[in-house]
Amino acid sequence: MSAQPIADNLFTDDMSALLGARNRETGQIFFPLPLTPDDNIEPVALGTRGTVWTYTVQRFPPKPPYIGPTDPEKFKPYVVAYVSLPGQTMVESRLTGVDPDDVQIGMEVEFTVIPLDPEAPPEEQKLIHAFKPVQGE
Amino acid sequence: MMSDVCIVGAGIHPFGRTEGRDGMDQGIFAVRQALADSGIEWKDVEFAFGGSAASGSADNMVSQLGLTGIQFINVSNGCATGGSALNAAVSAIKSGEYEMGMAVGFDKHPRGAFNADPSAYGLPNWYGEAGYMLTVQFFGAKIMRYLHEHNISRETLGRVAEKAFRNGVKTDHAWRRSEVDLDTIMNAPMICDPLTKYMFCSPAEGAVALILASEKKARELGVPIIRLKSSVMRTRPPGSFEVFAASIDNERGGTATEIASKAAFEQAGMGPEDIDIAQLQDTESGAEIMHMAENGFCKPGDQEQWLLEGRSDITGELPINTDGGCLACGEPIGASGLRQVYENVVQLRGTAGARQVPGDPKTAYTQVYGAPGVSAVTILQR
Repeated sequence: MSAQPIADNLFTDDMSALLGARNRETGQIFFPLPLTPDDNIEPVALGTRGTVWTYTVQRFPPKPPYIGPTDPEKFKPYVVAYVSLPGQTMVESRLTGVDPDDVQIGMEVEFTVIPLDPEAPPEEQKLIHAFKPVQGE
Repeated sequence: MMSDVCIVGAGIHPFGRTEGRDGMDQGIFAVRQALADSGIEWKDVEFAFGGSAASGSADNMVSQLGLTGIQFINVSNGCATGGSALNAAVSAIKSGEYEMGMAVGFDKHPRGAFNADPSAYGLPNWYGEAGYMLTVQFFGAKIMRYLHEHNISRETLGRVAEKAFRNGVKTDHAWRRSEVDLDTIMNAPMICDPLTKYMFCSPAEGAVALILASEKKARELGVPIIRLKSSVMRTRPPGSFEVFAASIDNERGGTATEIASKAAFEQAGMGPEDIDIAQLQDTESGAEIMHMAENGFCKPGDQEQWLLEGRSDITGELPINTDGGCLACGEPIGASGLRQVYENVVQLRGTAGARQVPGDPKTAYTQVYGAPGVSAVTILQR
């Protein structure tokens, strides 16, 4: 068994994008899919490119219900951003592949998937969504 | 013209940490002080609205205060619980059904940041498991954008905290009673960027009770009369950016505070320029900065100059958070919004001692903001 998504209905089947929700009446797109099915809501694959609208850095290990690494000796601060996906919505997401002190509002980022605890054995890893800086074209 | 609802008594249990006294007992303490302040007895109180997030149902207070058969309704509106209790109490008197009643709030929280349950906010478990269920993250992300959009320096955040602790030194009911200099604030450990340790308030303990009466009843009592010109509570509009949002709309909208403030000024028939003192929600330094503009006291971006020039100091043109606010007093959820009103009552009576705002203030404003996006505003006039 290999690494698994942290939850169902979070990603598209091939894990290439996040699964958002579209309100059939208003067209409003939001994330994530509601916990209970609703006739008015249809799943929609979210865009994979966006820009950082704002961000912060989580500098201390969270309490439960957080299940990632919390050992204060080894805890690595993580960046939490709102990534604006054009024409859709802004998604709250981890940023990866960038030092917390180098994050800029407006930077271009693309979708990726990372393990919540990179040091866990591969078969126990839970995959979460993240965005990483877009490298030069 | 309709007569005003008046505040005729105010009581407070000191904020902070009180070993050996639970939250409700702190509430009882505040009620007894408010009764003594107005010169009435518990049996004279016709109704009460009260709330607490972590210290039990407020109506249980009757066990200690007296089984008078009073109507006592429990209120719960996050950090705006106190403001909402007051709002309900005002309506009860305005309706003509009652002449004298009480709004009360109290709490006692454990140390450390609040940890919340995703399902209580309609969110899937993964949201908490992946490390998003933290209010401090929301506050950091929200003010990060605000500073960027309005070209405000991080030092302005520090100046807000510096002022709060400076005011707290002069406040009997404050928890933090010593000054902290700007360098210490700016160089303290970062919690959620751009906010350092000293820029956040902590969950705390405390209680406040207010006795309200019709104008006619207030005159009979012969106590100093503080008029409640507005008491308004509002929830969030579309496009707002609130706590625990896994996504927010690209199209930005207004805030709960903006609509509550506008309605409150309309109700009072005055504008921001008429206000002499303001107590604004300062869960963290950024909140005070944003709320200065959302309540109409300045334009977004002008806060930098305000803080540099000391315009929101006790001796400034619009003193803000004269008792040190949440930063110096801590935040017992149920009591917080009523503490702001208590402080304004004391200031308008001219009995605030070392922190008394000079110049004989006549109007005072409070705004309390809380999860999941609610805001309550009052305007008081002497």
